[in-house]
Amino acid sequence: MADATPVLRTRGMTRVLPGEVPVTLVEDISLSIRQGEFAVIMGPSGSGKSSLLYLLGLLDRPTSGQLWLDGEDTSGFDEDRLASIRLEKLGFVFQFHFLLAEFSAMDNVMLPMRKLGRLTEAQQRDRAHGLLADLGLDGHQHKRPGQMSGGQRQRVAIARALANDPLVILADEPTGALDTKSSIVVREILHDLAHRQNRTIIAVTHDPDFASAADRQIHIVDGRLTDNDAWRAEH
Amino acid sequence: MVSVHTQIALSHLTSRTRQTLVSLMGIVLGVAFFLAVSSLMRGSEQDFLDRLVNNQPHVTVSDEFRQAPVQPAERRFPGGAVEIRSVKPKTEVRGIRQYKSKLSQVDSIAGIQVAPVLAGQAIITFAGRDVGVTLSGVVPARMKGVSSIEKDITKGSLDDLDANPNGVIIGEGLAERYRISMGDNLLLASPKGQVRTLKVVGMFRTGNQAYDESQTFAALKRVQALMDRPNIANSFILRADDPYRARAIAAEIERRIGYKAVSWQEASEDIMSLLLVRNIIMYSVVLAILVVASFGIYNVISTVVLEKTRDIAILKSMGFHARDIRRIFVIEGAVVGAIGSLLGVLLGMFIMWVLVQIPIKPPGVAEVVKLPLYWGVDQFVLAIAFAMGSAVGAAWLPARKGGRVQPVDILRGAA
Repeated sequence: MADATPVLRTRGMTRVLPGEVPVTLVEDISLSIRQGEFAVIMGPSGSGKSSLLYLLGLLDRPTSGQLWLDGEDTSGFDEDRLASIRLEKLGFVFQFHFLLAEFSAMDNVMLPMRKLGRLTEAQQRDRAHGLLADLGLDGHQHKRPGQMSGGQRQRVAIARALANDPLVILADEPTGALDTKSSIVVREILHDLAHRQNRTIIAVTHDPDFASAADRQIHIVDGRLTDNDAWRAEH
Repeated sequence: MVSVHTQIALSHLTSRTRQTLVSLMGIVLGVAFFLAVSSLMRGSEQDFLDRLVNNQPHVTVSDEFRQAPVQPAERRFPGGAVEIRSVKPKTEVRGIRQYKSKLSQVDSIAGIQVAPVLAGQAIITFAGRDVGVTLSGVVPARMKGVSSIEKDITKGSLDDLDANPNGVIIGEGLAERYRISMGDNLLLASPKGQVRTLKVVGMFRTGNQAYDESQTFAALKRVQALMDRPNIANSFILRADDPYRARAIAAEIERRIGYKAVSWQEASEDIMSLLLVRNIIMYSVVLAILVVASFGIYNVISTVVLEKTRDIAILKSMGFHARDIRRIFVIEGAVVGAIGSLLGVLLGMFIMWVLVQIPIKPPGVAEVVKLPLYWGVDQFVLAIAFAMGSAVGAAWLPARKGGRVQPVDILRGAA
């Protein structure tokens, strides 16, 4: 189902936090993600999973190494350029929903569309309404985050990530803060997005059930990618 | 639909209603006090200037020149090393010579009225007493247009000088001191030795005691004869339709006839600079109120920035630029500034309205007066401009900080 073109590719990507004692978050990461691939990043806590995800999501810039998104070398792009790329091509789902508390579900989902400004206001409304309905939130469109359950909020966050029809969805422990029932729902949704809608998803997770449905598991230990077998042998 | 920035900005302000209201009150009170104080100060200044302008000629042309005449040697060798010492001016007849042609030259300037005056010293002899007075020869018809003396005449009128060429008008102060009454004959002697008997045909009271005791008026022709200076006036006094053009008019007169012309502004330079200093003090104080008020805005927006760091991080991760974030918070300052200005102007106008109602009785004055208030648009513009400026400025600092938030720093902390 995943075609062969890499949508995201890195070469020798290293990120060091400067300071009196510099901390290496990830080191020498070279990988490529194909269009339509569902990849999970796994590893023990503190291994640099999230740091890698932030780098892949252009939220952070590597100290050295390169990253191509959609065939474009992003190294050397300034903050504004990276922000524009995130707006058009990437969607994020975090462990915590991070919705604007004063905005309704609809307004939250419409935020990225309004910033991008490609659709008319009516089209934006229709799309936001549809996205929320697809995620089982019909009838909740005008509720505020405070009036919804954790699982519902996370679904609003997923709808928001899908708002501008991104090339890649990046999820950071999307089920990490949810109860079992909600996390099953969110997991199903992401699996569905990956397998039925053929979306490219990169997710950081601890959850083996979540990971088992992925096309590919990327393991990271101490900031370095490990060969899958080698990693299994160690643990 | 409002822009996404405005919608977020408004949601921040409404989520902290109480703090927003407090900072709003700061701007409202600042603008209102600004307007109340400024309208009072500018109003009293205007009132004062009106009095100043009304009680003196707008331009006085005298029989002098701004510069001493150039000596022939200097004219022959301009710029040369010529030094002339002990120049002894020759005796000449003082005054504006051929005043009638000069007068018509001045008269042709639009928007002014001009009157020739020949003033000099005279001695009144009455009931065995000699009193030195200033005797001004005037043309009543012209004098009425340029001076408020007509208004101050309590007995008789200026026109009586035309009717009776031997008439004189004196101040009530002089009359009371020497028990002179209307119709009395006064003996006037000039320094040239001429003596005339003039009849009191009018009296005036200006309220300025020294003036009322020492000023007298007679017909110009009569005074010219008395002073032995036929066809000469020693000053022109002018009134302009727009008193604030006096400087330009004075310059124009100097250019046309050469004699020194002094505008009321030049004559009252000390008072003008005093008023300027007063305005500077007043505006520094009222603007300081607005500066203090802007700290309230700084405070509330800083708090919002701190509180909404997570929102900022998520907006930036979603693709909002630093300038979008800055714009959100600057809009917040601008909204508080705009609403505060609007309410402040309304409150300020109410305070001004109340101030106008207050009756005031200055000591020693019988009539009740109202506070003079200035309603000019410029002070409203200034108040709003400064309120908006300080509100946006106060928002800018936290806005810049908000724009610098790095989403990764916040996400790392939250995860």
